[in-house]
This record gives sequence, structure tokens and C-alpha cells, in this order.
Amino acid sequence: MHLFSPDNNPGSSFVNLLTAVGVHAPAPESKIDVPHATTCVALRYADGVLMAGDRRATAGNLISHRGMEKVVQADNYSGVAIAGAAGPAMEMIRLFQLQLEHYEKMEGKQLSLEGKANQLSMMVRGNLPAAMQGLAVVPIFGGFDLLDGTGRLWDYDVTGGRYEEREFVATGSGSLHAGTVVKVGWRTDMGRDAAVALACRSLWEAADADSATGGPDALRGIYPIVATITSAGWQSVDDAELAGVFQSIASEVQAR
Amino acid sequence: MSMPFYVPPEQQMKDRADFARKGIARGRALVGVQFDQGILLVAENPSSTLRKVSEIYDRIAFAGVGKYNEFDQLRQAGVRAADLTGYQYSRLDVDARSLANQYAQIMGQIFTHDSKPLEVEILVAEVGLTADEDRLFHILYDGTVMDETNFSVLGGDAEAISERMSSNFESGCNLSGALKCALAALAGADRQLSADDLEVATLQRGNGRRCFTRVVDADVASLLA
Repeated sequence: MHLFSPDNNPGSSFVNLLTAVGVHAPAPESKIDVPHATTCVALRYADGVLMAGDRRATAGNLISHRGMEKVVQADNYSGVAIAGAAGPAMEMIRLFQLQLEHYEKMEGKQLSLEGKANQLSMMVRGNLPAAMQGLAVVPIFGGFDLLDGTGRLWDYDVTGGRYEEREFVATGSGSLHAGTVVKVGWRTDMGRDAAVALACRSLWEAADADSATGGPDALRGIYPIVATITSAGWQSVDDAELAGVFQSIASEVQAR
Repeated sequence: MSMPFYVPPEQQMKDRADFARKGIARGRALVGVQFDQGILLVAENPSSTLRKVSEIYDRIAFAGVGKYNEFDQLRQAGVRAADLTGYQYSRLDVDARSLANQYAQIMGQIFTHDSKPLEVEILVAEVGLTADEDRLFHILYDGTVMDETNFSVLGGDAEAISERMSSNFESGCNLSGALKCALAALAGADRQLSADDLEVATLQRGNGRRCFTRVVDADVASLLA
């Protein structure tokens, strides 16, 4: 247990605490090849935001994981979706979740949604040396802003650049296809079911055209992660519902 | 050059203990008590922003009495230690016993080595998967740790409150029963306490990952009704 004097106190930041006690991972010195996680989309709809991501991780031309969860709850009212090098991405999510909880416990209240988005931006920027060596991590952050009662979305670039999006955002290798599908189908004030169907359709098309994006795997019962964040908080869409949505996409494609 | 007077260690320790006890006795008391679903923490605290009771980790809460800046510093150290352990190992590896030991070491060290002992008493409470695994570690200003069962009383007038608690406490009572019991013990025969005079929180089994919940004044009032 550490007692810090006022002049070297790391404050409410868990990342500063890790530095103060000497726990941090060094960036690699040369370019390395690691599993990559792929397509994620997020969109705003009537009740808040919806985030979705496929489950595949690839290493070169091989599939390294079929069941990866790239869309993760950050706290009650926010979530992160991550594309990029799987290892650093998962570590960043873990640290981000802990950072939000640590702040909440130290200060006795949650960070504002804007504050959480800025915090993630600093983490992405901190990863820049590793990104230069091929370990880029590019998240999407979404959440329900309790202050103004709406869902909000941000995307990032590898330097920690933070951009708030008003409609939707897609990231990862299949983002061109997924983003186009969402762009064509997106309407202001979409209902929840329409938003789920659109996100699933976008991942379907991304998987259809991008070898690094996994489609629904009915054989193994692995479906993309889809979750909504509304005034009721984070709710993931269950596999049974997703199976139905993908079934109807499949029959529609078959009938063409 | 003036020589300091020789003070025998017995006298030194006694003076420090008296000093710390006096500081603690000035503050209001706090009760941690078991109920059927977990542990209830009730502090007499008119402030709704300066907390005496707070969350440390998934199943662990902290409560302190005495000097606010001192126990708040200990609270922060506890959150940091717990989050670091959980991050470096696993969330399951964070437990109240280890935290209580770390607190005891720090407080013992400060008691013997610093120019002034801490004027605080703290409680580290952990809700187990079953009632048998609930833990209440009461740590004194000098680092003495007590592993208490059923309930624990901290702060000014603790002896009288403890007596009232032991005559009122029924094991296996529900939340409302535990709250009434704690309130009666804190207030005594000739005082009335209402919901706004209290800070109430619970560590509740089956409350998801994070078991700690603050009970707002309106809910306290309805539990007491």
C-alpha cells in the first residue's frame, strides 16, 4: 500500500498511479506481426447509440480467434469498440475500464461522458510509439450522456485525435463496406430494431467482401457482439435475436 | 545545546494513544452490521458530500471516523492498493484481510514513528458469497486489528453504542431491521436521529459485480417507516 505526499500524489488517474509505482509495459523496438481485430460499427439512433463488431481476429492470412469480443462495456453508460492489434487493444480496454472505475471510486462520482472520451484519447496517444511499430489501436467510443439525455459517439486516429460523430462511424479493415451500408441505410431517429438490423447488415456485407471480417457463424453459434447504450444503460442484444436477424438477411440475399 | 528530556517509552505510547483517542472521541460514531443479504454501514454524518463510508472494491467497503483528511487519505490508499492488485493479478485476488493488514502496518508505523498518530479508526468490510464469509475488520489508530463478528462500532461513545447494539442485534435480520437496530444504538435513549442525519450504504450479495450501494435519504426514511 502506498501513501503519497501531496507533491507526488498521482491523483484520481489509474494510469498515473501505474507510472508512479513503476508498472508499465515498454513499447516494442521493431516491427512485429500480431493478431489483428477487425470491423466495428457504431451508430446513433432514437434512444441512444448502438455498437457492433464482428468476432474474428486474424494474423496475416490465418484466423487466430473466432470468438473475440471487440465491443466491450466500459461502464454503466458507455462502451468501446476496438479495431487494430488485438493484444494492445484488449489491454487498452482493460485499463480504460479500470480507469473509469478508479476515478469514480476516488472522486465519489463518475466522469462526464466527454471526460471519458478525452481519457480514451490520451490512452490512444500513449500507444503511439507502439503504433509506429505496427501495434496500432483505433477505438470507437460511444455512450449515453446523462447531462443532455442523448447518445454520443467518438472515433479516434492513432495519434489520439478525437472526432465526435453525429450519425455513425465504422473502423477496421472492413470499415469501407460496413460504413457504406450504414451510410445508405441510416435515418435520423431510427428505432432500436431498425438500428440492430442495419448494424447486422453492415457487418454481413463487410464479412462478404473483407477476408479479415468474420460473418455470423451459425455452425458454432458465434454471432457478432451488438449492444445498445440508452438511458437504461448498457444492454447487449442476445444471440437468439441476432440469429433471427441474420436468418432474415440470409433469406433476403438468397431470394435475390 | 539543550538536551531533550528523557520520556520512557511506556509514557510516550500512552500519551500518543490518549491524544489519538481524544481526537476520535470528538467525532460522531459509525456502525457496521450484518443483515441477511450482506453488510449495512450507518454513519452519523450530517454532510451529504463529505463521506465517511465508501467503496473500495467489488465486495469491499471502507468506513472511517475521526479526522476527515486522515481517513480519506487512507481510503484513497486502499482504493489504489485494491485496484493495483486487481489489475496485476485478478479481481478475485483482492480481499479485505490483506487490505486490513496493509492498513494496520501503515497505521502502526505512523503511530510509533511519526510526530503525531492518526486520529482515526477505520472499518474494512467485505461481503462474502455466504453470510459466514462476511468480514468486519476494525482497525485502531495504533494499527491494532480486530476481526469482529455480527457488528462493529467505531468512534466517540463506542462502548455505550456497542452495548446497545449487542442487546438489540438479532442475527439474520433484514435490511430494515438492521437499520433500525443501528439507528437505535447510535441515537441512544434521549436523542432522535432522522434520515438526513445519517449516511447509509450497503454491501449486498447478488447485487452484480459491484456490491456497494449508497442508500439515499428517501430510501432510508422508507426503510425506517
